[in-house]
Amino acid sequence: MSILLEMREITKEFPGVKALDRVNLQVAEGEIHAICGENGAGKSTLMKVLSGVYPAGSYDGEIHYDGQLAEFRTLRDSEDRGIVIIHQELALVPELSIAENLFIGNERAQKGVMNWHETFQETEQLLKKVGLKDSPGTQVDKIGVGKQQLVEIAKALAKDVRLLILDEPTAALQENDSRKLLDLMLELKAQGVTCIIISHKLNEVRYVADSVTVIRDGMTVSTLDAKAGLSEDDIVRDMVGRDMSNRYPDRERRAGDLLLEVEGWNVWHPEHSERQVIKDISFNVRAGEVVGIAGVMGSGRTELAMSIFGQSWGRNISGTAKLRGSAMDVSTVDRAINGGLAYVTEDRKSLGLVLDETIQFNTTLANLEEVSAKGVLNPNEETKAAEYYRKALRTRTPSVFQKVGNLSGGNQQKVVLGKWLFTGPEVLILDEPTRGIDVGAKYEIYAIINELSAQGKGVVMISSEMPELLGMCDRIYVMNEGAFVGEMPAAEATQERIMSLIVTE
Amino acid sequence: MTSQNNGLKSYLSAHMKDYGLLFALIAIMAFFQIMTDGTLMRPVNITNLFLQNSYIIVMALGMLIVIVAGHIDLSVGSVMGFIGALAAVMIVNWDMPVWVTIPICVALGGVIGAAQGYWVAYWKIPSFIATLAGMLVFRGASLWLLEGQSVGPFPQSFQVLSTGFIGDFFSRETTAPIAELVGSRNFNVLSLSVGVISAMVIVWLGLRQRARGKAYGIEGEPSAFFWGRNIIVLGALIFLSFKLATFRGLPNVLLTMGILIVFYAFVTEKTVIGRRIYALGGNEKAAKLSGIKTERLTFFAFVNMGVLAAIAGLIFAARLNTATPKAGFGMELDVIAAVFIGGASMSGGSGKIVGAVVGAFIMGVLNNGMSILGIGIDYQQMIKGLVLLAAVVFDVYNKQKQA
Ligand SMILES: Nc1ncnc2c1ncn2[C@@H]1O[C@H](COP(=O)(O)OP(=O)(O)OP(=O)(O)O)[C@@H](O)[C@H]1O
Ligand SMILES: [Mg+2]
Repeated sequence: MSILLEMREITKEFPGVKALDRVNLQVAEGEIHAICGENGAGKSTLMKVLSGVYPAGSYDGEIHYDGQLAEFRTLRDSEDRGIVIIHQELALVPELSIAENLFIGNERAQKGVMNWHETFQETEQLLKKVGLKDSPGTQVDKIGVGKQQLVEIAKALAKDVRLLILDEPTAALQENDSRKLLDLMLELKAQGVTCIIISHKLNEVRYVADSVTVIRDGMTVSTLDAKAGLSEDDIVRDMVGRDMSNRYPDRERRAGDLLLEVEGWNVWHPEHSERQVIKDISFNVRAGEVVGIAGVMGSGRTELAMSIFGQSWGRNISGTAKLRGSAMDVSTVDRAINGGLAYVTEDRKSLGLVLDETIQFNTTLANLEEVSAKGVLNPNEETKAAEYYRKALRTRTPSVFQKVGNLSGGNQQKVVLGKWLFTGPEVLILDEPTRGIDVGAKYEIYAIINELSAQGKGVVMISSEMPELLGMCDRIYVMNEGAFVGEMPAAEATQERIMSLIVTE
Repeated sequence: MTSQNNGLKSYLSAHMKDYGLLFALIAIMAFFQIMTDGTLMRPVNITNLFLQNSYIIVMALGMLIVIVAGHIDLSVGSVMGFIGALAAVMIVNWDMPVWVTIPICVALGGVIGAAQGYWVAYWKIPSFIATLAGMLVFRGASLWLLEGQSVGPFPQSFQVLSTGFIGDFFSRETTAPIAELVGSRNFNVLSLSVGVISAMVIVWLGLRQRARGKAYGIEGEPSAFFWGRNIIVLGALIFLSFKLATFRGLPNVLLTMGILIVFYAFVTEKTVIGRRIYALGGNEKAAKLSGIKTERLTFFAFVNMGVLAAIAGLIFAARLNTATPKAGFGMELDVIAAVFIGGASMSGGSGKIVGAVVGAFIMGVLNNGMSILGIGIDYQQMIKGLVLLAAVVFDVYNKQKQA
C-alpha cells in the first residue's frame, strides 16, 4: 500500500511547554491508523499541526501528503486537499438544523441564495450513509451526543474527505453508539477513505485499527502493526512505559454505617413542567462504600445528581436527604457543599472550569474559605493547595500557574477532581469521571477513589463504562427513564444482567 | 544567550498588554508635552488633569467590576448627573446642610444601582437593556428635578469636595526656602512625601511578590523588566508629586481617588469576593456549581456602581459649582472606553483596576492635550474613537499571536 501521509520530525512548542518533540507518523492509504498515548502526550496537538490549525511555520518538521510537501496555513487549506478533522470538542451549532450544520461553510447555494432543495436532498443521502434516520430539519441540540457525532462525520463526508481525523470520537458515547460509529469507520475504509483515530478506549482501537502509533511525552515511541493481532497490554506498555497488570487497584471492601440517604426524590423538567424527570428515587451510600449508578444516556443520572447538589437542575424538587441520619439542607450549592457533598460535573469545560484562569484559581474556587482569612486570600496557601493536588493527581503541567484552557483534556479533568477533593467532601458524586482519560491516569483516579473510601468517605459513581462500574463499585443501582429499576452488589453484577434490567423495563 | 533572549522575547509577547498600556500613556504624555511646549506638565495643568478626570476614574472603578462580572452599565452618566442635580436642589433650594446631603445622595446612588441590578441579577434581563432604560429614566429625572434650569452656586463647604487642597504639615514660612530653591511660589512638603512614600510602597510590594514567586519556582518577570517598570512608575510618581508640591499641594479629590483606587485594587485582587467576581465573569455556570451566589454578586456589582456614580456626581457638581440638566450626558461612554482601553474584555472575567485607571488617564491626557492645542471637539471625538479601537485591536492581536 502506498503512503498517503508522512509527518517527519514534527516539533511544536508553546511558551514553556514542548508539546511535540520530533514526532514521526506514517499513514498508509486506505488504512485506519490509531494514535494512542497518555493525556497531554501531544495527540491533539499533532492533529492540529496536520490540519493547519497551527499554521505552517509555527512548528518545525515536514508534512508530506499524497506525495507532496504540504504547508497548510488554515483549516481551509487542508480541507481543500481532502483532510477533515473532527475535534475532541464537537463543533456543531446547536440551534441549527442537521442540514444547516452539514453545509456550514460549504453551502449549497446559487449566487449567495441558499438552495434548500439541494441541501435537504444531499443531507438525506449523507444521513443514510452514516445510518441516521432523523429528518434533515431536526435541530441538532434535540438529538443525543451519539447522533451528533454521526452528524459530524456526515459533515466531513459532505466535503469529499480523503483523510478523516477523529479526535476521541467515542469519549462521550455509550457502547452501542460507539459500536455504530466504529462500524461506520470500517465501512468508510472499504470505500477507500483513510482514517486517523485518537482514542483512550483500547478495545475500540483493537477493533478498528490496522496500525497504532504510540506517543509518549511528545515523542513517537512505536508504531505497532495491528493486523497481526495486538493485545491491549501491548499498547498500554508502550503508552505508560511499564507493564500494567491490573486495571483496577485493589481495595479492602468494608462498608460502614449509613452515610448519605436520599428518600423519595422527585424532580420535574425546568422548562416542560409536566415532564417528571426523576421519579421517586431512594438510595443510600454507606461510609467507605463506592456506589455505582448504571444506565444509558438520557436515563436521568446527571439530572439526579445535579438536583441533589444544590437543586442545580430541575423544578418542584421534593424528597429528603440525610447525612449520618440527620437531615441535610441541599437547597443551594453552597449549603450542599458545606453539608459535605461534592459533585464532579460530567461536562468539565462548560460546567467545571473557568478556562481562562489558572490551575490554582480553579483548584481553590469551591473552597476559598480554606485559603483565606477574614475574606482576604492567602496566595501562599492557594499555591500550596494547588501544588498538593497537582502532585497527588499527577497533573501534567509546567506549573499551577498555567491556564487551564491550555491543558490537555485529561489533565483538565484532574484539575476538576482536585477542586472537589479540596472541599473535603463526605460524599463525592462523580459524573463520568474518567471520560477521555488515559489508562494510567484512570488507574490514578481509581486509586484516589479507593483512598477516599478507606477514609470512610462515600463515593457515588455515574459511569457509562460498564467495566469500570463492575471493577470499582461495591454496589450498583440501575437507572432507566428517571427511575431506579434494580440494585445489586457488584460481585453479583454482570454487564448482561444490568442491560437486561434496562431493556425489560 | 539566545535562550535568554528568547525568554525575554516570549515574556514580552505574553505580557505585551500590560507594558503596552504603560508605554502608550508615556508616549501620549511625551507627545503632548512636546506639542504644547511644556504646558501639559505645568503644575497647574497637572492639578487640573487630576480634577478633570477624577469622576471618570471613580466611575471606571465600578465599571471595571461590572464588566469583569460580564455586564455593562450604560446609566452611569445619567445617574451621576441626577445625583448632582439632587445635591444642588437639596443644598441650594432646600437649604439642607452639606453633611446630611452627602450621605443621602450616596445612599440613593446605591438604591438606584440596586433597582437596576435587581432586574439584571434576578430576572436575567440583559444589562445592556436594563441600564439603557436607566439611562433614559435618569436623564429625564434630572431635567424634571431641575425644571430645566441650572441650580447653583454651592456653599464653600460643598465646593471643597472638589476644589479643596490638603493643608501641609509645615507652615508656609518654614517651606519658603525650599520654594525659593526650586523656583516656585510655595512648596508643599506633604505632597512630595506622599508621592515618595507611595512609590516606595509600590516597589516594596512588587519585591515581596517577586520573592514569593521565586519561592514557588514561578518564572516571574525578568528582572530587567521589573526594575525598568518600577523605575518608570517610581520616577513618574515622584515627578508628579513634586509638580503638585510646587503648586497648591494635594487636591482633596486626589486623596479620595487614591483611597478608592487602592481599596478596589485590593478587593479585586486579594479578596474572596474579588476572586468570585472573576469566576462569575469567566464562567457563570461553573461559578454557580462551585457554590458562588452568582445572582447576589451581580446585584452587588450594580449597587456598588450606583454608589460610585453618586460619589462621582457629587465631585462633578462641586467642581462646576452648579448642577445643569445636561450634566453627565454621554459620560458613560468615556467611562466604558477607559475600562476597555485598560484591557478588560467584553466577555467578562478579565481586566484590572490599574488598567482601568491608566485607561482613564490615557483618555484624560488626550482630552486635555488636544484642548490645549485648540483642537476642535469634532476632531477630538474622532481621535478618541480611533484610540479606543486601536487599543482593543492591539489586545485582540496579542491574544491571537499567543495561541
Ligand atoms: N495552546 C496551548 N498553550 C500551551 N500549552 C498547550 C497548548 N495546547 C496544548 N498544550 C500542551 O501541550 C501538551 C499536549 O497537549 P494535547 O492536547 O496535544 O494532549 P493530548 O495527547 O491530546 O491529551 P488528551 O488525551 O488529554 O486529549 C499538553 O501538555 C498541553 O498542556
Ligand atoms: Mg487530546
